[in-house]
Amino acid sequence: MAATLVAARIQRNWLQRLSVIDIFLWAFRLAVLAAVVVGTFRTLYSGRYAGEVWLDFVVFGVSQGSVYALIALGYTMVYGILRMINFAHGDIFMCGAYTAYYAAGALYRAGVFNRQPLLSLAIILAVAVTASTSVALLVERVAYRPLRRAPRLVPLISAIGASFFIEYAVRGLYGSGFQAYPEFEVFKGKWNVFGIGILRTQAVVIVATLILMGLLYLFVMRTKTGTAMRAVSEDMEVAALMGINVDRIIVITFAVGAAAAGAAGVLYALVFKQVHFFMGFYPGIKAFTAAVLGGIGNIPGAMLGGLFLGLFESVGPILVLDGLGIVAPYQLKDVIAFTMLVMVLIFRPSGILGERLAGKKA
Amino acid sequence: MTLLDVENLHVYYGQIHALKGITLHVDPGEIVTLIGANGAGKSTTLKTISGLLRPREGRITLSGQDLAALPAHEVVAKGVVQVPEGRRIFGQLTVHENLSMGAYTRTERDGIDGDLERIFTLFPRLKERRAQVAGTLSGGEQQMLAIGRALMSQPKVLLLDEPSMGLAPVLVEQIFETITGINQLGTTVLLVEQNAYMALQIAQRGYVLQTGEIALSGSAKDLQANVEVRKAYLGG
Repeated sequence: MAATLVAARIQRNWLQRLSVIDIFLWAFRLAVLAAVVVGTFRTLYSGRYAGEVWLDFVVFGVSQGSVYALIALGYTMVYGILRMINFAHGDIFMCGAYTAYYAAGALYRAGVFNRQPLLSLAIILAVAVTASTSVALLVERVAYRPLRRAPRLVPLISAIGASFFIEYAVRGLYGSGFQAYPEFEVFKGKWNVFGIGILRTQAVVIVATLILMGLLYLFVMRTKTGTAMRAVSEDMEVAALMGINVDRIIVITFAVGAAAAGAAGVLYALVFKQVHFFMGFYPGIKAFTAAVLGGIGNIPGAMLGGLFLGLFESVGPILVLDGLGIVAPYQLKDVIAFTMLVMVLIFRPSGILGERLAGKKA
Repeated sequence: MTLLDVENLHVYYGQIHALKGITLHVDPGEIVTLIGANGAGKSTTLKTISGLLRPREGRITLSGQDLAALPAHEVVAKGVVQVPEGRRIFGQLTVHENLSMGAYTRTERDGIDGDLERIFTLFPRLKERRAQVAGTLSGGEQQMLAIGRALMSQPKVLLLDEPSMGLAPVLVEQIFETITGINQLGTTVLLVEQNAYMALQIAQRGYVLQTGEIALSGSAKDLQANVEVRKAYLGG
C-alpha cells in the first residue's frame, strides 16, 4: 500500500517535472533522428551514388575536416587557458592564407613555384605561420591582455571587435575581391593510393595535417613548456606559485594556435585556390563548432571534432538530405554543420571528449 | 640574521582592510607558525609574501632582497615557495609532471633528477605512482605531492598553508612529522595552521593573528602556556 503510494508520487513528480521545453527537446531529437534514418535509408535504397562517389565525399570530408581541426586547436587551446572564445581566430587564419597568397604569387613570378614545389610550399607555410602568429600576438597584447581581469563578457566583445578590425583592415589594404591562388602543377590530378584515386591536393592537406597535429601533440604532452601550458590551464594561480610565468605561457598558447591556423590557411588555399578578406568567417565558425563538438578545452577533442564535422558536412547532404527529396542538397551543408552545433550545445554541452569540463571549467 | 622579513604589511581586498600592519620574521632553520581563527589573515599573509596579492604598504625581504614588488613566478625563483591551501595539485597531470612543474624555474638536469630521487625517498608512495594522474591520488598522497612539488624548487623558505586540512588524524601526524623532517634537512618553514595544537608542538616560535593584526607572538612553549591562547585555540 505504502509502496504503491510512493510509486504513485514518484510517477506524478516525473510527469509534473516534464515541462513543455522537455517535450519540445524530445520532439526535436526524434525529428532529427527520424530525418537521418529515413533519409539515409532512402538514399541507400535508391542506389543513386556509386561506391567511388562515396569515397570521394569521404576523402573530401577528411581533408576539409583536417583544416577545421587545425583551426579548432587554436580555439580550444586559448579556451583551455583563458576560458575565452577568441572570435578573431578565423581572421587570424585568413591573415595566414592572405599573406601566403602574396608569397605564392612572388614565387610564381620568380618561376620557383613549379620548379621547386616542396621548397615553395615550405616557404609559403613559413610566411603564413609568421604572419598569423604576429597578428595573433598583436591582438592578444592589444585586445585581450588589458582585459585579463575583466568580467568574461568583456574580452568576448573585444574579440568580436578585433575580428571586424582585421577583416576590414585587410579589405582596406588589399581590396574586397577574390584573389586567385596559383596552382602547383605537381598537385594537379589524382594519386592512386591502394587502388583508390585521391585528389593530390586533398592528400597533401591530410598528410600535412597529420604531421602538424602529431608535432603539436608531442609539444603539449612531452615538453616542459607544453606541461606548463596544461598546468596553467588547470590552475593559473598555483602555476604562478610554481614559478611559471603565466603571461608568457598565454603568449605561447596564442602563438601555437595561430601557427596552426596559419598553416591551415595555406592548406585551405591549396584546395579552394582563392583568398578573400572574409574567408576566415565560415571556417572560423565551423572550427569553433568542431572545438565544441569535441569538447572545448580538449586538444584531442578538437582534432576529432574537426574530422567529424568535415565528414558529416561532406557526406551528410547526399546521405541524408538527398534521400529526403531535397533538391541540390549540397548547398545545405552549412545547415548540417550548424544543426550539429545546436544539438551538441543542447544535448551534450561538454562535447565528445569533454566530460571533465562540464563541472569544473564551463 | 633574519632570512624572511615582513614589515608593517597592509593588504586590502577592495575596500576591506585585510592585513593591518603585520610584522614578522623567520630566521634560517626555524619552523615558525602563524595561528589564528578563520579570516584572521593567515592565508592573506602567505599570498602576499608569494606575490599573489600586492601590499598597499609594507616591506617583504628575503636576506635583504625586496620581494614585495616581484610577480609570483619571480618570488619562486628567489627561493620562497608556497604549498597552497587545499593542496591544489594539477589533477590532470601525472605525479611526475606535477613534480617537474615544481622545478620549473630550474634548468640543471642533474640537480633536478637528484631532488626527484630525494623526494621519492621521502615519499615512497609517490614513486610507486609517478606515472599516475595526480587527481586519482588519495587526500594524504595529494598533500605529499603538493609538498614534494614545492620542494622541487629548492626553496630557502617553504610556506605551508593549512597542510593538515581535511586529512585523517593519522595522516595529520604523518604530515607534521614530514614537515619536521624537511626542516631538519635544512629548509626553513613558515607554517599556517588552524590546528594550533600540532603546529605549536613542532614550531620554535609562533605568531597569533587576530582580524588582520598580530595579537601575540613568542616562543612556541610560551604560546602553549599562555592562558588566552589555550582558551581560544587549544580547547582549554
